[in-house]
Amino acid sequence: MMAPLAITAMATANPLGLGLAATWHALRAERQVLQPNDFEDAGINTWIGRVADLDHERITGELADFDCRNNRLALLGLRQDGFEQAVAAARARYGPDRIGVLIGTTTSGILETELAYRRRTPAGGFLPPAVRYRHTQNLFSVSDVVRRQLRLTGPVASISTACSSSAKVFASASRWLAAGLCDAVVVGGVDSLCFMTLYGFASLGLLSDRPCRPCDVNRDGLSIGEAAGFMLLERKGPDDGALRLLGYGESSDAHHMSTPHPEGRGAALAMARALDRAELKPIDIDYINLHGTGTPANDLAEDCAIRQIFGVNTPCSSTKERTGHTLGAAGITEAMVSLLCLRQDFIPGMVRIERPDPQLQSHMVLRSEFRPLRAVVSNSFGFGGSNCSLIFGKRP
Amino acid sequence: MMQIWIIGIGIAGPGLDGWAAARPILAGENEYRLTPLAPAVPHLLSAAERRRCSQSGRLAMAAAQDALLGGNIQGDAIATVFASSDGDGAITQEICESLAGAARDVSPTSFHNSVYNAPAGYWSIATRSQLSSTSVCAYDASFAAGLLEAATYATVEQAPVMLVASDLPFPPPLHDIRPVAESFAVAILMAPENRPGALMRCEIGLAPHQRVTAFPDAIPAGLRSNPAARSLPLLAVLARRCDDSVRLDYTDETDLVVHCRPQGT
Repeated sequence: MMAPLAITAMATANPLGLGLAATWHALRAERQVLQPNDFEDAGINTWIGRVADLDHERITGELADFDCRNNRLALLGLRQDGFEQAVAAARARYGPDRIGVLIGTTTSGILETELAYRRRTPAGGFLPPAVRYRHTQNLFSVSDVVRRQLRLTGPVASISTACSSSAKVFASASRWLAAGLCDAVVVGGVDSLCFMTLYGFASLGLLSDRPCRPCDVNRDGLSIGEAAGFMLLERKGPDDGALRLLGYGESSDAHHMSTPHPEGRGAALAMARALDRAELKPIDIDYINLHGTGTPANDLAEDCAIRQIFGVNTPCSSTKERTGHTLGAAGITEAMVSLLCLRQDFIPGMVRIERPDPQLQSHMVLRSEFRPLRAVVSNSFGFGGSNCSLIFGKRP
Repeated sequence: MMQIWIIGIGIAGPGLDGWAAARPILAGENEYRLTPLAPAVPHLLSAAERRRCSQSGRLAMAAAQDALLGGNIQGDAIATVFASSDGDGAITQEICESLAGAARDVSPTSFHNSVYNAPAGYWSIATRSQLSSTSVCAYDASFAAGLLEAATYATVEQAPVMLVASDLPFPPPLHDIRPVAESFAVAILMAPENRPGALMRCEIGLAPHQRVTAFPDAIPAGLRSNPAARSLPLLAVLARRCDDSVRLDYTDETDLVVHCRPQGT
């Protein structure tokens, strides 16, 4: 079991919009924001989720060394929703050394290195300007730029477990708080469009050439998106708002590097462990935000895992049809969507489904509906068989 | 301070091939000789997975296998933390090279091996462990961040955990932007309570930055350039089996401090 943690601030920059209000309105209005791929000169016939205005961002001043698409997205995300002000208040309360930073990412600033490969000498060396490896490509750079921007000096790490990365940050942050390493943790996830993920997922045949349709009988792959998201996690206090992290569950598939276990063995374990830690029963969960990528194998395995733990009555939907799959930012983005749902007592339907897959037996929600929500599960699964389920709730 | 017991150590590096051979070298009882590290064979993997397994996966597994030898515990009963600064440079090089070419044909196997947690994925497949695995990065301080993560896991979850930290040199031209000269991996298997065969009790915590513990004198500069080899000051204390404290660089402001006390014989 774990003591529920308070989520005292949130910020997001994702394809639905900048900030929580824009995200909520786009979610509610069922706005289609995925667009035909126009990323640089990546000639892949697929759809992507872009963060508006990112192309105009630059990092200047004392953090200029960190300037790259991924870190620009991170700082754009930090500026939303009064997040920096909330962290400044926490910094004054606890001290900068008592606030940790844990950010999930899968590709960090690799785009800088990808572009540098196009500027090589005939002998194969890089042409100037040199790649600022530490500040761009290295996975730590995003955590480093976030802690510097927020002026925090507590423990810090990047977590990179593929598409579960920014769900796993909640588990590690919970442990840091339980062990007394710090009094608050900025958790987050940042991943941005790059050639490696577009061409890599294409090589595996996992990209749809239409906007992705998780749980549709004709689903044929994912749409890649980009996003940054952050939350401030603290122990419960007298004036800490209503939103809670109630539990987390982590597991490994121990099956295959890029294919989920067909019966969702690891996914089921993650959900069961999250329920155990939250001391909740399956009946206490009112909505499951699916990992739901829109690949045939993922959605089938996840459905199987949900049936093992919850049966077939718990409402489920994937919001990747709205945002695209934001990879290392998917965990935090869908945690944020789950918390918006809790706050608004709302379940987003899978409005892109043309024909539901009859093989999927869980309660797939097709039309959005308002209904009271007490606790929700958010699932994130990744390559390497890395699974993480989170449970969020409201103050009782 | 968090308290953990070290129940197994594994190591794979040039001149330090396996804990049994490396311990007396790091303790100063035997002379260090810089000899190339033999290619690691991940013998716990099936033949098919072994063919797919990346260099970074093989290196990490070499140390992890070595740490299991002394632990009297099966791999499927151990959660893991993998730490690396740089991931797999050979795969980054291969993929970036193809992306810069006309065809841009990325190999599917290389792409799935490109994820940072690929060594963790192979290890879980090899050991059939369905327990938690977390992969962390903190640039040059990745070992310290991993040790903190693993100790926190053991303490809070009250369960055994293995930290595996590894890094390898980048091929050219990436080598120019990240000059690491030698491969190195270390695995530290720890438990939240004393057990028969425990080697060391360690108290681990954060402290304001001061002068950190130096490398053992015998360690050559090429090896010191490897981020995972920043574990060697701690490994030297573990090798000497003495009461001692180690300070490791973590952030600009903070060190990771480890107080060690020998256990058993």
